[in-house]
Amino acid sequence: MATATFRIWRGERGKGEFKDYETKVDEGMVVLDAVHQIQAEQANDLAVRWNCKAGKCGSCSAEVNGMPKLMCMTRLSDLPLDKPVMVQPMHTFPPIRDLVTDVSWNYRVKAEIKPFKPRPPDAPDGTWRMQQEDIERVQEFRKCIECFLCQDVCHVLRDHHKHDEFIGPRFMVHVAALEMHPLDTEDRVPALKEKYGAGYCNITKCCTKVCPESITITDNAIIPLKERVVDRYYDPIQKLLRIGRK
Amino acid sequence: MADTETNLQTHEHDVIVIGAGGAGLRAAIEASAAGASVGLVCKSLLGKAHTVMAEGGMAAAMAHVDDRDSWKVHFADTMRGGQYLNNWRMAELHAKEAPDRVRELEAWGAVFDRTKDGRILQRNFGGHRYPRLAHVGDRTGLEMIRTLQDHGVHQGFKVYMEHTISKIFVDGGRVAGALGYDRERGFLRVFKAKAIVMATGGVGRAYKITSNSWEYTGDGQALAYEAGADLMDMEFVQFHPTGMVWPPSVKGILVTEGVRGEGGVLRNKDGKRFMFDDIPDNYKAQTADSEEEGWKYTQGDKNSRRPPELLTRDHVARKIMKEVREGRGSPHGGVFLDVAWTKARVPGGAEHIKKKLPSMYHQFKQLADIDITEVAMEVGPTTHYIMGGIRVDGDTQMSTVPGLFAAGECAAGLHGANRLGGNSLSDLLVFGKRAGEYAAKFAKERGAVGIDESQIATASRAALAPFERGAAGADAEGPYKIQYELQDLMQDNVGIVRTEAEMKKALDGIQGLKQRAAKVAVGGNREYNPGWHTALDLSSMLICAEVIAMCAIERKESRGGHFRDDHPSKDPAFEKFNLVVRKGMGGRPELRREPIPAMRDDLKQVVEENK
Repeated sequence: MATATFRIWRGERGKGEFKDYETKVDEGMVVLDAVHQIQAEQANDLAVRWNCKAGKCGSCSAEVNGMPKLMCMTRLSDLPLDKPVMVQPMHTFPPIRDLVTDVSWNYRVKAEIKPFKPRPPDAPDGTWRMQQEDIERVQEFRKCIECFLCQDVCHVLRDHHKHDEFIGPRFMVHVAALEMHPLDTEDRVPALKEKYGAGYCNITKCCTKVCPESITITDNAIIPLKERVVDRYYDPIQKLLRIGRK
Repeated sequence: MADTETNLQTHEHDVIVIGAGGAGLRAAIEASAAGASVGLVCKSLLGKAHTVMAEGGMAAAMAHVDDRDSWKVHFADTMRGGQYLNNWRMAELHAKEAPDRVRELEAWGAVFDRTKDGRILQRNFGGHRYPRLAHVGDRTGLEMIRTLQDHGVHQGFKVYMEHTISKIFVDGGRVAGALGYDRERGFLRVFKAKAIVMATGGVGRAYKITSNSWEYTGDGQALAYEAGADLMDMEFVQFHPTGMVWPPSVKGILVTEGVRGEGGVLRNKDGKRFMFDDIPDNYKAQTADSEEEGWKYTQGDKNSRRPPELLTRDHVARKIMKEVREGRGSPHGGVFLDVAWTKARVPGGAEHIKKKLPSMYHQFKQLADIDITEVAMEVGPTTHYIMGGIRVDGDTQMSTVPGLFAAGECAAGLHGANRLGGNSLSDLLVFGKRAGEYAAKFAKERGAVGIDESQIATASRAALAPFERGAAGADAEGPYKIQYELQDLMQDNVGIVRTEAEMKKALDGIQGLKQRAAKVAVGGNREYNPGWHTALDLSSMLICAEVIAMCAIERKESRGGHFRDDHPSKDPAFEKFNLVVRKGMGGRPELRREPIPAMRDDLKQVVEENK
């Protein structure tokens, strides 16, 4: 039976090393299968976060041969198995152990974003009316499984560590889903400019490339939000009107 | 390392909710709204619970697509699907309250697919007479959990992510709290609470082929059992008819019933639609006579009846098994599920299929190299859901242990012998809300609780024992092999088709595994140590497996999800009671037959009117 070598990061709180594990390879296997096999047979305490193993929960995010990936959706048949497969934790978040990172920052960021605030119901029975074509964009954003791979690849976070100033692509998508929700009445444009750091994104589109749900993060979410900020604060006519009102 | 005293933090709340899927989140929201201090403890990160996997939709008789629908029809459908073993009060409350729970989600930001007049769209599903499932493509569970999560984090409850509970404390005849550990550090934690809501889901990981994630180890059922609560209907495990069968590493991953709702059909290797061959008597009047009528039904024709592919899950799963066993299966031991054929019949063709079933398209494309708009999928049954669980009061969701509540999959009652697709998501909301409401009420009406220190010390030692054995023992066994053996044992002997001899073999095997599990050892340290977690999960899985096998042996008939090759027919005598198990005096499970209370006359009439 064919085997392959997996070079997996083993360590705690950032201190550690890559270790090689050789394991057998079956048809259709994904990287997470190999990691589980190694865990069961060679390294019982190998830490890995996973839940659904079907690309729906976004738990098993890691970097496979340097690319941010869901391990459960990365097939071995798509990787060169003649050399070791590198598996390491996401780089942007503090390491906990082995392949597991501390992603709690994402939860704190989300809790700071102003929640959904619907307009009064359209019908006497307390319900609303929306047309399918008006919600399709928002439905695209709501496909997000919160794997945080877009956060991992975003250079503003990954290389420049602007975690305190920029909410990252995942939450730009979240804000876009709220702002473009036909029922929502909240105004998040001032926060986009001041707090969420919309200006930091310089549209390299790495986030869009790694999104396992194929959400068009940059074009459909981030750019329109940037435009809203520009329209509000940098449009010369609007600016004059604001001065006039003061 | 095994020092039980260091780092033993205590968290105190009025209500602790264990599990943060749909039911747990809904319970936490409701209990917080009632003014209770709430702690929500979840095994994974928030928003990753198994609810996220639910695809098809949530059943609620809103009558947006077919105005003949009403709570009464939904109630009758649920009872018929459950073969009348359901807790009828729960089925009634569920049918009546589900529409409000769905609308509430919309008010919290959920974005369901729409009808032409702008209301929430509803789709067909097995066992539901009318299109009833509110949905978002085939990712309804994700929409639901994200909506509850995003709404919930602003409601003031505290979330303990990646914490696992290993023991429920009972003091003075009522619930007093729980012991758990946090995954990241491996520290033990005491949670003091006046009321606890169990919302831990199912036990699919006790089987080899399952659509369930690693978390589904029956923790809630086992913890409640250990705390003295009754478990009910545990013999009823749902094998979903359509899981992936190829490649091997994805075997068991769910293929939504929505595929059949959109016109997908089942064929054997000869291309025959075998589901037309055998239609149960109680569904004959509601089932299509011809392929054309079935197709029209899926496309919304009100004068057509449903295709036999949309019969209840237990029936469809068995028919698939039959085709495979009799040599008419697909190359990898399943049958063919074909939705590609609908291309020629709908405007938009392949694009329409992708739009309606985006995650199925994605799943097959990525994991199996198959384009479902071009070729048929190969599918076969997969362990999906357990109808049984913690026995609760229909109105309050309280178990037989005062202060211990349960909602969602880990509770029993709503689904009887077989759950209808789509009734699970609505179950989570309806009874999650009720459990949260009544848990908060219970907590408010009762004074403070104390937990005996010796209980805490004993439970702490038990949680850390695998490390001590690991440090001490040379011949110690790790947890994974025991887990795999249990999965094989249950798959082979307490699966879709059961016999007494096989189940007895399983029971014997479980006893052996229990002895080995009691000696299981782990190495490494306590920080994020999956070997340790699996060692602790094992005891929950083994308790559930034993109770499932016991009940399945006792029910000497075939009904719903429970099929006995040695008793292949339904026996009216077995319609009169539920099987209930609780931990007996000697620590052994005690089984009894609990008579089903007579249904209220008005509900009997509803059943009759909808026959």
